[in-house]
Amino acid sequence: MFNIERWQEIFEAISKNKLRTFLTGLSVSSGIFILIILLGVAEGLKKGIKKQFEQDIPTKIQIFPGTTSKGFKGLNPNRRIKFNTSDYAHVTEKYKPEIQYQATNLVKYGGVTTYEDKNGNYILYGTMPDNLFLANAYLIAGRFISEKDLKNKAKVVVLGQRPIKDLFDGDYKAAIGKIISINSIKFKVIGVYEDNGGERQDTYMYIPHSTITRIYNLTNDIGRMEFTLNPIEDYTTALNKAEDFAQRVTNQLKAKYSVHPDDLKGVRYYNALEGGKSFYMLNFGLKIFFWGIGILTLISGIVGVSNIMLIIVKERTKEIGIRKALGAQPKAIVNMILHESIFITIISGLIGLFAGIIILDIINNNLEIEFLLNPTVPFNVAVITLIILIIAGAIAGYIPARHASKIKPIVALRDE
Amino acid sequence: MIEITDLHKSYPVGNRKLHVLKGINFSAQEGELISIMGSSGSGKSTFLNILGILDEGDEGKYLLDNTPIKNLSEKVAANYRNQFLGFIFQSFNLINYKTALDNVALPLYYQGVNRKERLEKSLFYLEKVGLADWADHLPSELSGGQKQRVAIARALASDPKVLLADEPTGALDTKTSYEVMDLIQQINDEGKTILIVTHEPDIAKMTKRIVHLKDGLIIKDERIEPVKAMANV
Repeated sequence: MFNIERWQEIFEAISKNKLRTFLTGLSVSSGIFILIILLGVAEGLKKGIKKQFEQDIPTKIQIFPGTTSKGFKGLNPNRRIKFNTSDYAHVTEKYKPEIQYQATNLVKYGGVTTYEDKNGNYILYGTMPDNLFLANAYLIAGRFISEKDLKNKAKVVVLGQRPIKDLFDGDYKAAIGKIISINSIKFKVIGVYEDNGGERQDTYMYIPHSTITRIYNLTNDIGRMEFTLNPIEDYTTALNKAEDFAQRVTNQLKAKYSVHPDDLKGVRYYNALEGGKSFYMLNFGLKIFFWGIGILTLISGIVGVSNIMLIIVKERTKEIGIRKALGAQPKAIVNMILHESIFITIISGLIGLFAGIIILDIINNNLEIEFLLNPTVPFNVAVITLIILIIAGAIAGYIPARHASKIKPIVALRDE
Repeated sequence: MIEITDLHKSYPVGNRKLHVLKGINFSAQEGELISIMGSSGSGKSTFLNILGILDEGDEGKYLLDNTPIKNLSEKVAANYRNQFLGFIFQSFNLINYKTALDNVALPLYYQGVNRKERLEKSLFYLEKVGLADWADHLPSELSGGQKQRVAIARALASDPKVLLADEPTGALDTKTSYEVMDLIQQINDEGKTILIVTHEPDIAKMTKRIVHLKDGLIIKDERIEPVKAMANV
């Protein structure tokens, strides 16, 4: 309950004991400050190391249509298999709970592209919105293909670094909104992506899947299907799940197109997870390492705050004795100490929190270290940390406060 | 005001029990000024602590203003201390970061009196002990006699039934002691019941009744004509 008289009494104690308040506050805020810096650097290290090792998304599953190598059910080998939109719709519907990202990609080489007097030849990708994640690319300007583009069969294109360099002299911002011509059809540039996958990945031009099928009149050929499944922490489980998923989808498609079950070419899949073990292990290792750091720093913070609270209560034993002799009830004593400690912890904790966040921001803006990318602490993590420390401080204050409140006044008042 | 029958108290010392109070019968009427005398180890401080509900006897009966004091919870004990009793200690026991005025106001804070009324009342009692001009000073800025007078004002602030003083002049020089005793006599003249523990005969002579304690028993209880403290200053 808020009680103005009690708070006046507490503020008096806080403001009249400046040194004590300052030292408590300093220890709490420096604890939080160090914690935030450590958490931020750990986060930055994690991101930096991850970036160094990742090129393609390591959990991607691709299902390719191919050419049959075996005769089956009276059909000749060397038959071309093509997936159509209903296959895709069927798979995505059936495995909806397992799938995280999904897209179909229809690739056409020889996209002759011109802008003003410049031209080039790039790979044309008919794709879907999720492919930005599946390709592990990220936008540096504009936007990616949207569901609306798909629906409208819009003539829009997202360019890679190569066409940007050739056609726009590398000025990717200027490219947005410009009209370029691909195989004599005019497209509007809506976005520019970057991909760490390599040079080939820089030469893609992403256009809506529906647009490419219309241009090439390919309503019954959707190209390949790509998926990632919902993330699973454990590598073996994730691998088994992905393998199982890929096989089920492949077998289903084989059955539909009368492909021999042992035919390795008619319908095939690629499961990136098979080669992704090292990535998984790295990820797992990093996670354990930084959780360890986080928990240890949190413990040291809790110990620091608790220690200060213990000392304060010890120092005030005599004052508590006086107050009790004057008629303070045990509850009033506990309340007084708890209110003070929580108040100081919150204020100085917030100061430490913001100081830490500001310092991280400065590091973020001024330092270019390859292994330290974007060292920030998610705000909710910071707040949870603060709350844990406040609760720890309160508990650490409560135990000795309760003890002190039970001391007989004569014992506390006894002259040394 | 105070009725004590057959009070016993013992403390464990190692494996043995130290019998400090061995059956004390004592009563005090309203308006009395009593000194409790005895050498160290006679049990006088234990007796005062029990009177002050800072400690509890093992056996016997204690009535304070017709209220039995027995097996009280911490909460009730704190309430009774606040309502019935005012304490004066040898080492003053002021809170060092609070001004004289705020120190005097503290018992009233625990009575739930609001701040404005608290400070008005406290100033009144500080005036009574002649320290109104020192209201805003911290204890560290006051002399020993002044500190004890602030403590007396604090003990009076909650308007208790009984004032209990444990060697109130023990830390003061003779002149200051007599000034403090003069103040105590004035307060008694206004009708307050006061008990003083002391080992100084000249201080005891300034009270109206001397109770001699030896080895946990009252050996002598005499009424005397008090010496006026002012006469000796």
